Amino acid sequence: MDNFLWIFVSALLVNNFVLTYFLGLCPFLGVSNSLETSARLGLATTFVMLVTAVCAWLLNTYILVHAPYLRLICFIVVIASTVQFIEMLIKKLSPALFRAMGIFLPLITTNCAILGLAIFATNRGYGFWQGIVYALGAGIGFTLALVLLAGLREESELSDVPKLIKGTAMNLIIAGILSMAFMGFAGLFSTT
Amino acid sequence: MKKNPSREELLKGIWRDNPVFVQVLGMCPMLAVTNSAINAVAMGMATFFVLVGSSFLVSTFRHLIPKQVRISCFIIIIATFVTIADYTLLALVPGVHKELGAFIPLIVANCLILGRQEAFASRYPTKLAVMDAIGMASGFVLALLSLGSVREILGDGALFGIKLFGENFEPWVIMILPPGGFLTLGVILLFFNWFKSKKDEFLEEVAAAQRSES
Repeated sequence: MDNFLWIFVSALLVNNFVLTYFLGLCPFLGVSNSLETSARLGLATTFVMLVTAVCAWLLNTYILVHAPYLRLICFIVVIASTVQFIEMLIKKLSPALFRAMGIFLPLITTNCAILGLAIFATNRGYGFWQGIVYALGAGIGFTLALVLLAGLREESELSDVPKLIKGTAMNLIIAGILSMAFMGFAGLFSTT
Repeated sequence: MKKNPSREELLKGIWRDNPVFVQVLGMCPMLAVTNSAINAVAMGMATFFVLVGSSFLVSTFRHLIPKQVRISCFIIIIATFVTIADYTLLALVPGVHKELGAFIPLIVANCLILGRQEAFASRYPTKLAVMDAIGMASGFVLALLSLGSVREILGDGALFGIKLFGENFEPWVIMILPPGGFLTLGVILLFFNWFKSKKDEFLEEVAAAQRSES
C-alpha cells in the first residue's frame, strides 16, 4: 500500500508532469485562459492517461517483449486511436459535453504528457495496478497545474501589467514561480 | 530585388518565424533538456534529423497520402525517424542518451514537427519542404543552444562542461532546476517582445518621415 501511495503522491506533486518534467506544456500555455475549460481538459486528459496506461501495460506484456524497437510506433498509434475512440464515445453519449470540449479533445493526441506517461511507466517497469495509480496521479497533477495557472491568469487579466510582458512571457514567469513552489514538495517523502 | 524562394524558406525559420521564440512551438523538449549546452546540442541534432527526414518523406509522398488519414501517416513517419535517432544516439553517445532519457522518444509528440508537416511539407514540392525543414530545425537548434548556454553558465558557471569562472563563483542552482527553464525562456521572450516593439516604432517613424516628405 505504501508503494502505491508513494507513486501517487510522487506523480501528483513531487514530480508533477507539467512543472518538473515539462510535459504537456502546449495545452498548459495554450488552454489555461479560463478555469472552466482547463478543468474540463484536465479531466479528459486524465481519462486518456488511464486508458493509455492500461493499453501500454497490455502491449508491453504481450506484444512488445518480442519487438522492443516497435514500442514508440505502437504507443503513438494506440494513443491516437484511443483519443479518436473517446471522441466518438462522448459524441454518442453526451453531445453537449462533446460541443463543450471542442477542439481540445483531438489535440490530446499531441500532448506529450500522455506519451511521456507510457514511456516513464515502461522504463520504471510498473505493473498493472502501479501503472493505473501512476496515471491517476499524473492526470490529477496535470489538472492541478492547469487549474492553478488558469486561476492566476484570470487574476492577472484584471491587473495593470506592462504591455511588453503580457502574453506568453508572463505566463512562463508565472509558471516558473509555480514550479519553484512545487519544488518545496521535494522533501515530502524520504526515498529511502 | 528578385527573391530566391528556397533561400527565403530557409531563412524565415531561423529568425523571423523562429519556431520557439516567435511561434512558441515545441516547448516541452525545449525546457526539459536545456539544463546544459551539450544536452541541448544532442537534442537539437536529433530533432534536426527527424524534422528534415520526415519533411522530405511527407513532401515526396504528398500526393499518395489520403487526406482523411494524413495525421496518422505523418505520425508514423515521424515515429520511424525518431526510433532511428533514438537507437543511433544510444550507439554513438550512450552517456548523453542516458541523460536525455525519455525525452528522445518524446520528439514524436513535438508539435513543431507535426505542425511543419501539416502546414508546409504536405503542400509544397520536396525541395522547398526540405529547405523549410532545415530552416525551422536550425531555428530550433539555435533556440535550444541559447537557452542551454544561459542556463549552464548561470547555474553551473560552465559552458559545454568547461568551467568559465574561478573558484569563487557561486552557482545559481535554480537555473539548472526546472523553474530556471521557465524563467529563462520567459525573459528571452520578453526580450523578443521588446525588440519587436522597437522595430515597429522604428518602422512607424520611417513611414511618418516619408509621409511628411511627400
